[in-house]
Amino acid sequence: MTMEENTVKPGLFEKGGKLGWLHSTWDAFDTFLRVPATVTAKGSHVRDSIDIKRVMIIVVLALVPAALFGMWNVGYQHNLAMNDLPGFWHQFWWGLWKVIPLYLVAYIVGLGIEFTSAQIKGEEVNEGYLVSGMIIPLIVPVDVPLWMLALAVAFAVIFGKEVFGGTGMNFLNPALLCRAFLFFSYPSSMSGSQVWIAHRCGADAITGATPLSYMSEGMSSISNAGYSFWNMFAGTVPGSVGETSVIAILIGAFILIWTGVASWKVMVSSVAGALFVGWLGTAFGVTDVPAYVQLVMGGFAFGTVFMATDPVTSAQTECGKWIYGFLIGALCIVVRLFNPGYAEGMMLAILLMNTFAPLIDHCVTSSATKRRAKKVSIA
Amino acid sequence: MSNNIVLKKGLNIPISGEAALETMRTIAPDVVAVKPTDFKGFSPRLMVKEGDKVLAGSPVLADKQNPDILLTSPVSGTVKEIVRGEKRKLLAVLVKAEGNEAVDFGAKDPKGLKAEEVKETLLKSGLWPTIIQRPYGVLANPAQTPKAVFVSAFSTAPLAADSEFVFKDDLAAIQAGITAISKVAKVHVCVNSETSAFAKLQDAVLHTVIAKKHPAGNVGVQISHISPIMKGETVWTLSLLSLAAIGKLFLNGKLDLCRKVAVTGPAALKTGYVVAMPGTPMSALEGCFDPAVETRFISGDVLSGENIGKDGYLGFFDNQVTLIKEGREREVLGWANPLRFNQFSSSMAYFSWLLPKKKYNMDTNTHGGVRAFVCSDVYGKVLPMDIFPVYLVKACLAGDIDKMEQFGIYEVLPEDLALCEFVDPSKNDIQAIIQDGIDLMIKEMA
Repeated sequence: MTMEENTVKPGLFEKGGKLGWLHSTWDAFDTFLRVPATVTAKGSHVRDSIDIKRVMIIVVLALVPAALFGMWNVGYQHNLAMNDLPGFWHQFWWGLWKVIPLYLVAYIVGLGIEFTSAQIKGEEVNEGYLVSGMIIPLIVPVDVPLWMLALAVAFAVIFGKEVFGGTGMNFLNPALLCRAFLFFSYPSSMSGSQVWIAHRCGADAITGATPLSYMSEGMSSISNAGYSFWNMFAGTVPGSVGETSVIAILIGAFILIWTGVASWKVMVSSVAGALFVGWLGTAFGVTDVPAYVQLVMGGFAFGTVFMATDPVTSAQTECGKWIYGFLIGALCIVVRLFNPGYAEGMMLAILLMNTFAPLIDHCVTSSATKRRAKKVSIA
Repeated sequence: MSNNIVLKKGLNIPISGEAALETMRTIAPDVVAVKPTDFKGFSPRLMVKEGDKVLAGSPVLADKQNPDILLTSPVSGTVKEIVRGEKRKLLAVLVKAEGNEAVDFGAKDPKGLKAEEVKETLLKSGLWPTIIQRPYGVLANPAQTPKAVFVSAFSTAPLAADSEFVFKDDLAAIQAGITAISKVAKVHVCVNSETSAFAKLQDAVLHTVIAKKHPAGNVGVQISHISPIMKGETVWTLSLLSLAAIGKLFLNGKLDLCRKVAVTGPAALKTGYVVAMPGTPMSALEGCFDPAVETRFISGDVLSGENIGKDGYLGFFDNQVTLIKEGREREVLGWANPLRFNQFSSSMAYFSWLLPKKKYNMDTNTHGGVRAFVCSDVYGKVLPMDIFPVYLVKACLAGDIDKMEQFGIYEVLPEDLALCEFVDPSKNDIQAIIQDGIDLMIKEMA
């Protein structure tokens, strides 16, 4: 195996070789299997064993609980609507077969574009899409038509990332951009009460609306629809595939914070922002939904843990992260309180703050520069 | 002793091969190299030709811009070879060591000297280039008087030589050196504890740095906490090695660059100290390394030292040689392996935090491919300065002078951001980027 690879690589896939034009693709698979043999050429002679592949795989791992729960919940919600509960494994398998096509489309289209563009630029393939591709199926309704998903993924990867130079250069979260594209292009497949449960097949006895759609009608309406804090916390409610279970998301949050891959500052400040505006809302009588219930509804938890913390598109400075996270949480709840037509504010809150993150950082860095100049003139 | 500097950020890289506190031997090399490349900003003009006789302290090279600045031979002997590289760049002058004669510069009591006399003696003896001027880390300009002179009396670099052990017998010389330099400008000395042997030095302002992690021993970090360098200011820095040489010059009237050099690193068969002088060939370390293993010879530490190769020569500013293995092995699925107990990572993404006392046999593998900057919070954790490292690096990459100024290019040298480079998951050559930025500043601001 090793011998074969060693002889194949320089002949076929090296630049100038017969299949040299496939160099980036070859390199991606080769370094995926084995750590590259490159040694340090300049600067520090030893390097930390972490690399971007490791960072990305940790985020993927952190997403696994939410994905597994989502698959089960897809089956469970379907069975609930059909009034037929055949058992845990049956529900999981049913959901698995609904979600796998979403994953296949997201990864084949997204990675296809990544590989092609790396090939055109003659660069190494970026690992960033491993995470985006893991997230995208989790933030869409399970019944979204696959061609729509393919189109949205292509749009997000090309115009959200590649035109700026690939992972690390983009300013909008590609996964959210994908969702935003779907939402604005095909609103009927993305919102309302008809889309959240797979194959409803005329089971009209159950509305299938998410808890959020009852937001504007108040807490009693949410309770009347059969949703309590605890079943929203556990995630046994309709919604996008991976966003419903706060428990599964918290497991992911623990992995991300423990490994230091995602910023706890963004998560904590986002929760603080949501609680603050949620509290203002109840204090001024805008809503009777308690602030803490906001945290378990809709995409807030998923967005806070997995998307607001995207290190590329969030604020880069430590102080900026507090501001950025707080504003995301606050904006999300503002949208929920004042936009009954479309109550899911998390997507737009994060995308909006993505565009403002550079400005926040600019303010933080220039105030630090001024502070330093002052300190010196005194000394 | 009232000036305390408390630093919390940083990282100690747990690399194996710390030098045992014993002197193994004194190396009397056959050939010694005078390397102009050790001195940033020095453009060499030859003052000798092959076959010329030189004494210890005889000028070998002069700076083209400022011909008063000389590099002198550390030994007496004959000029054996002038080594040139690409485009005839002068790399080294090799001197075949013979005899023990030295130029007599005249012993002087540093207490009674004037600033001009100190400068003149340093220029003539070839010790002027031991002074590093900041910003930019270049040769000091003899016509300028700096804001202050800074000395770090301890090193926190990986496997660095133990200052207390190395300079045990040189305290009087270091004191004489400080007294002499204090005639030119105010001297600040940073020590790592109030009980340090260097805490008794006179004629200097003492600061105690309370810190356990690298880069607290870097003079750049210390300056930024004592008196940050702003636009238009210059400061000088001197190492203890340089001060000891300056002190010996004034006390004995002769150039004496001998030093205890730590032989360290995971690929060293035997660690310890040898007495050697700058320009000593690595072949003199025979027995300390395994010729069958592809070994990288680093003059200095693993973060900022220079890869000099097995035929190289000890750098002028170094009292440490680090030997590490070239890491050309390809680990299968390395990035995915959850355990990987033999690889160190400062992040919690691996499990090396479970073994806080373990020392690692590190090699030179990059452990990954180069990517754009993705993570934003790993760099600040290892840099105890009021600086945004990624912003500074990006300003350097963009060649934006205003932004480089704003983000503190005057305060840093590549070595200060070496740990940022170590921890970088995107594997960028941050030190090289900073050096390019500094070179651009020198060009544009000249």
